[in-house]
Amino acid sequence: MPKKTDIVLDEKKINRALTRIAHEILEHNPDFNSLVIIGIITRGAFLAQRIAAIIEQLEGVKVPVGLMDIGLYRDDVHSKLDQPVVERTEILFDIVDRNVILVDDVLFTGRTVRAALDQIVDFGRPRTIQLAVLIDRGFRELPIRADYVGVNIPTSKDEQVILNVKEKEGIDQVYIQRKNNKPDAQKKSSLKTSLKKTKRG
Amino acid sequence: MGNLQSRHLLGLEGVSQEDIMLILKTTDSFREVIERTIKKVPTLRGITVLNLFYEPSTRTRISFELAEKRLSADTINFSTSTSSVKKGESLRDTVQNIEAMKIDMVVVRHSSTGVPYYLTQCMDANIINAGDGAHEHPTQALLDLYTIWKKYGKLDGLRVVLVGDVKHSRVIRSNIWGLKTMGASVALCGPATLLPYEVEEFGCDVYTNIDEALDGADVVNVMRIQLERQQLGMFPSRREYTNLFGINKERLKLLNKNYTIMHPGPMNRGVEITSEVADGKHSVILEQVTNGQAVRMAVLYLLSGRKEEGE
Repeated sequence: MPKKTDIVLDEKKINRALTRIAHEILEHNPDFNSLVIIGIITRGAFLAQRIAAIIEQLEGVKVPVGLMDIGLYRDDVHSKLDQPVVERTEILFDIVDRNVILVDDVLFTGRTVRAALDQIVDFGRPRTIQLAVLIDRGFRELPIRADYVGVNIPTSKDEQVILNVKEKEGIDQVYIQRKNNKPDAQKKSSLKTSLKKTKRG
Repeated sequence: MGNLQSRHLLGLEGVSQEDIMLILKTTDSFREVIERTIKKVPTLRGITVLNLFYEPSTRTRISFELAEKRLSADTINFSTSTSSVKKGESLRDTVQNIEAMKIDMVVVRHSSTGVPYYLTQCMDANIINAGDGAHEHPTQALLDLYTIWKKYGKLDGLRVVLVGDVKHSRVIRSNIWGLKTMGASVALCGPATLLPYEVEEFGCDVYTNIDEALDGADVVNVMRIQLERQQLGMFPSRREYTNLFGINKERLKLLNKNYTIMHPGPMNRGVEITSEVADGKHSVILEQVTNGQAVRMAVLYLLSGRKEEGE
């Protein structure tokens, strides 16, 4: 459980941010019927559903929502020992000539978004792709920026920004956690030496 | 993060329930990829896969090749008829020469049991068994498991009958390990001459009477009966095999209501299965073929880039 002081957004603030994002999306895309929303699994997918629900409340239009797993488009698939689990991608509508709102929880290096962009264009050629994120924490490694930002949270690189959602954790909150690599790194190196064996003769 | 225990897939014997489940779940994601308009993802870019087929194969080879291409891997096909094997080069020399060309993964089929294992001993590449002798054919069994799992939403508690040449069929062998690990109850059925010695060691129910085997079963996986075996005197005639073991409409009445008919192909229509059954609405034979591609994509994905531990 996060300490109270580590919590940067509570339920109220998250809702406010999402509502503002929904308003901005509608403002920038007067042709509501051209809109589709795609959330990046897992947190972005929940946020995408919520933004769509807010838009429906505001304007009475049902915007199609899709989910996307970007595992197969990652640029680090073979550089890690563990293979990321591939989740389902569900885009059950045509995105050709639509205005696609891509939703993720935290914008960090930009690599996830790059993978998502590549995957979206493999599904068809949308009119525009716009990026909405709940949190922008900086440290971009690619020339990518968000069109709609909930909040900017300055962080340091050894911190993690974590979003909990009601659908999964039963509570809406965003908190900052310090990455604690040390015990993990020790474990890994000792594992390595114990597994080092002379195979193949 | 998901990780298989091994960096090779040599068989299903000894593969844990967790690993099989991981493969089935990953397959589910790839099923969606092959339904897309652009059926290709960039995941295995830069990975080179060699399809080393020492035995003829259409379905498995095409299925693997498509799976590799859909993952954007580079593929090389090797078949014995057009290679230096004809000039008498040994298996070890062949693969070591090929490895010197920087191959990352090898899909191998060979008529001798244990060839995939042998390759793990003389190469660094990830090895996938596409059928070795009468030993195992793990991706075929995995696609059978996936097809059943998708239809029933579970594997445990189901009764699966494997009919055919239990003695020589690597598909049966792999199916037995996979199904038992996943908690299904397995029945084997075939002519007594085509049951191996100590068949009871598999821990399955063994029948030489098809009607007893089918009674109350959910899934029937009918194996191709190799007509060459008849010449060896394993069964007297095709007609007799059809009469005693062939799956026809009449026999389906013995099965549970929501039954499933499977066949790994290629079929001898009218011998081990009638056309009526093979094309009936309970048949998932073509579904198996589609699923095969997704299963192979999942296996390639999960094994790709896995290095020797400690390196």
